[in-house]
Amino acid sequence: MFSIILSTAVRYLFPLMLLFSVFLLLRGHNDAGGGFVGGLVAAAAFALYAIAYGVPAARRTLGVDSRVLISLGLLVAVGSGLWPVFSGQPFLTGVWAKPTLPVLGKVGTPLLFDVGVYLAVVGVMMTIILTLAEE
Amino acid sequence: MAIIMAILSGFALTVVAPWLCRLARGATGWIIALQPVGLAFYFASQLHPIAAGGVIALSYPWVPGLGIALSFYVDGLSLLFALLISGIGALVVIYAGGYLGEHPQAGRFYALILMFMASMLGLVLAGNVITMFVFWELTSLSSFLLIGFDHQREAARAAALQALLVTGAGGLALLAGLLLLGQAGGSLELSTLLNEGRAIQSHPLYLSILLLILVGAFTKSAQVPFHFWLPGAMEAPTPVSAYLHSATMVKAGVYLLARLSPVLGGSEAWHYLVTGAGTATMLLGAAVALWQTDLKRILAYSTVSTLGALVLLLGMDTVLSVKAAMLFLLVHALYKGALFLIAGAVDHETGTREVTRLGRLARAMPVTAVAAGLAALSMAGLPPMLGFINKELLYEAKLQAPRASVLVTSAGVLANMFLVAVAGIVGFAPFFGRRADPPRMPHEAPLAMLVGPAVLAGLGLVCGLFPDAASIVVSAAAGAVRAEVTAVELKLWHGINPVLGLSLLTVAAGVGLYAARGFLRRAGSIGDAIGRWGPRRWYSLLLASLNGLARVQTRLLQSGYLRRYLMVIVLTTVALVGSTLLLRGGLTEPVPSLLDARFYEWTIAALILLATLMAVLSPSRLAAAAALSVIGYGVALLYMLFSAPDLAMTQFAVETLTVILFVLVVYRLPRFASLSSRRARLRDAAIALLAGGLMTALVLTAMTLPRDLHLATYFAENSLLLAKGRNVVNAILVDFRALDTLGEITVLAVAGIGIYALLRLRLEEPADSGSSQPEEEV
Repeated sequence: MFSIILSTAVRYLFPLMLLFSVFLLLRGHNDAGGGFVGGLVAAAAFALYAIAYGVPAARRTLGVDSRVLISLGLLVAVGSGLWPVFSGQPFLTGVWAKPTLPVLGKVGTPLLFDVGVYLAVVGVMMTIILTLAEE
Repeated sequence: MAIIMAILSGFALTVVAPWLCRLARGATGWIIALQPVGLAFYFASQLHPIAAGGVIALSYPWVPGLGIALSFYVDGLSLLFALLISGIGALVVIYAGGYLGEHPQAGRFYALILMFMASMLGLVLAGNVITMFVFWELTSLSSFLLIGFDHQREAARAAALQALLVTGAGGLALLAGLLLLGQAGGSLELSTLLNEGRAIQSHPLYLSILLLILVGAFTKSAQVPFHFWLPGAMEAPTPVSAYLHSATMVKAGVYLLARLSPVLGGSEAWHYLVTGAGTATMLLGAAVALWQTDLKRILAYSTVSTLGALVLLLGMDTVLSVKAAMLFLLVHALYKGALFLIAGAVDHETGTREVTRLGRLARAMPVTAVAAGLAALSMAGLPPMLGFINKELLYEAKLQAPRASVLVTSAGVLANMFLVAVAGIVGFAPFFGRRADPPRMPHEAPLAMLVGPAVLAGLGLVCGLFPDAASIVVSAAAGAVRAEVTAVELKLWHGINPVLGLSLLTVAAGVGLYAARGFLRRAGSIGDAIGRWGPRRWYSLLLASLNGLARVQTRLLQSGYLRRYLMVIVLTTVALVGSTLLLRGGLTEPVPSLLDARFYEWTIAALILLATLMAVLSPSRLAAAAALSVIGYGVALLYMLFSAPDLAMTQFAVETLTVILFVLVVYRLPRFASLSSRRARLRDAAIALLAGGLMTALVLTAMTLPRDLHLATYFAENSLLLAKGRNVVNAILVDFRALDTLGEITVLAVAGIGIYALLRLRLEEPADSGSSQPEEEV
């Protein structure tokens, strides 16, 4: 079921949606947004891509196995929590870097944690959607 | 520090053992034994300072909020056990090298036995009751894995499960008892508890504490009526039986009683319960051992008898009885360890453990035979073995018992008569007796399998001739149990006295019983018939009824139909929440101001209601899915109107993805058909209305409650200050409540993997199983 309208639209929508998802992730700490909704938007982008171009193409574009993304997300989240433990603070204490970066703003373990949430959400959604679509 | 190293090195070696085994093959046992040998030397070096009344105590915070510390407390009692665990551990590991040979799973065996050794050391060195409990459970676990080592045999699996269930149930009781003990004594630290004996015994909870802890100790140390798991545990490889189920783990209950006797001991209840259980176990074990024919089962029942005797001595709670108990611990570990290892060697070389088929092995296995003879002499309590000194002390303690000394003494003499005969059956008859038709003609066992029995049996002789070495260890242990300096003088010859008379009587009667062993075996079938109605039967009945219950409730609740699950969940929620609301008077009049909403709010509400009707009534799945997402977007709009942009955004994204998922699923389903009856639909409608009505009532009620703004203000004020973010919702998610979020994404990941597995499982089934549905339908 190939639709030229959909595939042309997706060619432009897909990068925009991904960019938007990263934007949501990064602005989340100060404005509406965050890792969870960012991850959902990214998953929606990939789902759209899969509908337009087929599951194998979506898998190729994703680059990694979606199940790896799940574990990577959990790993990043746990890692961001363990970071403060090495300096003697409790698990999941927010640790912030002194200098603020130009685009990212303040950088610290909560942002890293949110990245973990983002990855885990993308991983779970893509695992479900791609498997269902493949069947 | 050295204490922690002693325990941790065992666990570390557990991890390395399988790999080491692949490298070193046959020599693994010898290499691994270096660790327990080192530990034994370390503990021996601590003997003098501790015998002089010193104590090693150290503590690290673990869960300080609950008073739980990783603390260690080493006194004479711990040291006696630590010496036994490390010393016999070394011999058993060496022996296992010969016993297993090139067994493909030998690496796993070494790993498990090292894990057990480290746990057992932790148990006897622990200084906090919770630390001790953790190690206690670890020993049960490693015992389970070791009994079931040969897991392809059904009998081994069943025996492992039985041991785990019995000791595990006791462990639960023990945990409750220890927590109550901590409450009554005001601390979980042994060093504090040991001085709180008087306060605890007058505490109203004393009897519950005592009963719970006794259940724990009695299950672990195989006291009547929990004794049946120990003979079953003989399914384990012989080195395991020698080590766990004779010398060390089964004595954990005895250790616990000895450890806590300054705290709990001395009362009437303690005396009757502990002495009673001990006496019954001692007599039962010794009697049943007489008519068994399997070497290992004979030894197992005689171990049960010994455990009973130890418990009995601790129940009497006099200076002399504690001394006798500590010496008995040592003596029994030496001779019983040796006899078990010898039984394994005989089985290994001849291919049978049936005593009726064994005899005249002395010529083929001279070293084993000598070791067996010495161990049997010690077991029978004959001079010049340490066993003789021990039996004299036992009788003396029983004769001087403050209560019921005649009863206790005669029970002890009776049990010992039986054990003399048992010693002859296992240590003498197979080697020096007549009649022999073993399946294989035996050779002497390899060196690795001779070291253990020879050293253990030899120690029994050496300590008998020069009892001073033994008396240092025993007096340090007895001093710790009595909480006072206790000198133990051990001598072979005490002169002519009543005790010697009892000894002579015991030996004479024992020899008589030995001579009549053939008759006893025939008579034993009556005993077995009675035994069939014993606690083992209750155990299997209990297990069967538990399984039956599980089956019934599974059939009831886990029908496999999604609609049934939904019904159960929704109805349970309605019943629980609804009854609470009604019975506790939670329902209140709705606030009238709720009704003056703006017109666009009414519009959205109407839209949601219409979409709901559409979703329920539509005959097309795609239309129903679209209606559902209208509901979702409507709710998201409401979030927007009530200034929750984060929530609204997430809701929009979720709704979008849900539509995609629906489309993917709907695509695969067969054509829509109405299969349910009218009645079923009416029932479903009623349930749905009930659930919806309940939620409405709940929300309306919640609106009338006074709102607690405490947390809301805290988060609003501190999100920029502490979490450095202006978005309060996000600050809560990734900083204040990050642990919750971590839990949520973990659940999400598990759910994702679960769905993946379910879908894959469907995919990989043979194609014909679900072929009644046409695949290409849209």
